[in-house]
Amino acid sequence: MLAKRIIPCLDVTAGRVVKGTNFVDLRDAGDPIEIARRYDEQGADEVTFLDITASSDQRDIILHIVEACAEQVFIPLTVGGGVRKVEDVRRLLNAGADKVSMNTAAVQNPDLVFDASSKVGSQCIVVAIDAKQVAPGKWHVFTHGGRNDTGLDTIEWAKKVAALGAGEILLTSMDRDGTKNGFDLALTRAVSDAVKIPVIASGGVGNLQHLADGVSEGRADAVLAASIFHFGEYTVRQAKEYMASRGIEVRL
Amino acid sequence: MSIAVIDYGMGNLRSVSKALEHVSGSTPVVVTADPAVVAAAERVVFPGQGAMPDCMRELEARGLRAAVVQAAKDKPFLGICVGEQMLFECSEEGDVPGLGVFSGVVKRFPDDKMIDARGERLKVPHMGWNEVAQRPHALWAGIADRSRFYFVHSYCVQHIDPALTTGVCDYGIPFTCAVGRDNIFAVQFHPEKSARDGLQLLKNFVEWRP
Repeated sequence: MLAKRIIPCLDVTAGRVVKGTNFVDLRDAGDPIEIARRYDEQGADEVTFLDITASSDQRDIILHIVEACAEQVFIPLTVGGGVRKVEDVRRLLNAGADKVSMNTAAVQNPDLVFDASSKVGSQCIVVAIDAKQVAPGKWHVFTHGGRNDTGLDTIEWAKKVAALGAGEILLTSMDRDGTKNGFDLALTRAVSDAVKIPVIASGGVGNLQHLADGVSEGRADAVLAASIFHFGEYTVRQAKEYMASRGIEVRL
Repeated sequence: MSIAVIDYGMGNLRSVSKALEHVSGSTPVVVTADPAVVAAAERVVFPGQGAMPDCMRELEARGLRAAVVQAAKDKPFLGICVGEQMLFECSEEGDVPGLGVFSGVVKRFPDDKMIDARGERLKVPHMGWNEVAQRPHALWAGIADRSRFYFVHSYCVQHIDPALTTGVCDYGIPFTCAVGRDNIFAVQFHPEKSARDGLQLLKNFVEWRP
């Protein structure tokens, strides 16, 4: 049986891993390669790097990090942040990424999802959706690190990117991100039920129960978390053992 | 003597070459689009990523088809993902012929079978870590039966000679995810992304004397 995946996420800027709350107030969490290796050893199923660098002149730093990571970490690596063109996708894949995640650029130019997945295959293309509740049972897609309300309905947008060729959706609840109050399970379930491609739940994990809930109640195919792993509260292995104890299929 | 990773412009070969370097000791790993280098190599790795029609077209366009078919006849040969699928006769994906090294076809996961034991809908692509039930083969040495490997695909080989099957995975349907005959071993999953067990499989390939 296919295992549900646990994916530690590393927000990277200026060559360091950082973590904030609700997209602000960043704390330094260490060297990305060292951290990725540690998660691999703990049994992480994948690792995600999100390049949150604002300035384009620092953008190339992530390529070197990806290259170094691919030499030492033999699990799938997803990289996102600042991807605007098919060429950006190619450069990241050539550096050693297995999947590339796009967010703002996909909203501004949905053809990018189609063009990129046609060129490199759907399996490499992840569309990241930052969603915020605007009414009960209704979420809008936000861009630019959560500052812009696009007015797009999250469920409709998820269906659209799946139809355009996305291979996976990385779904982050803006309301929950960094709060440690757990995933937005209603949002996760609504998106997961609406599309036939895998959905990664993100935003809000504060304990291991939250991870299990993301799979069993949110019906996510994978769960992503950052701070609970970075600051040593839990290891990936503890998370997996907990999920297994709740009857969830995991790779131990 | 070297291990040649065949480069026909489809996808990221860095992961494959770095994983091989990790286990190959002093044997050099070369990523190459040169048929002469492929012919001179001690063993050959044939990866593949993306859509099979694109892979076949690029293989032809770069003049590598004959070198690949020849290598599959006479030296240790490892196909990975679409590199496995291309060894078969044809693919439903784009209705394109493959290299025809093995009989059998590549088909999409059947939509009506994509339900798991708990009645939940299975997503396509089949993405993530799934168990592989092994059939006896030298390349499984040191890897426990039903170990998990990393898969990413929407198509798989079907209607093949059962004697070819060296590994079976279950995703809605049971499907062959590893094949072997003589000097050829080919897998649907990605050993280069499958952590310790994947590296062990690559190490077994590097040391394989079929």
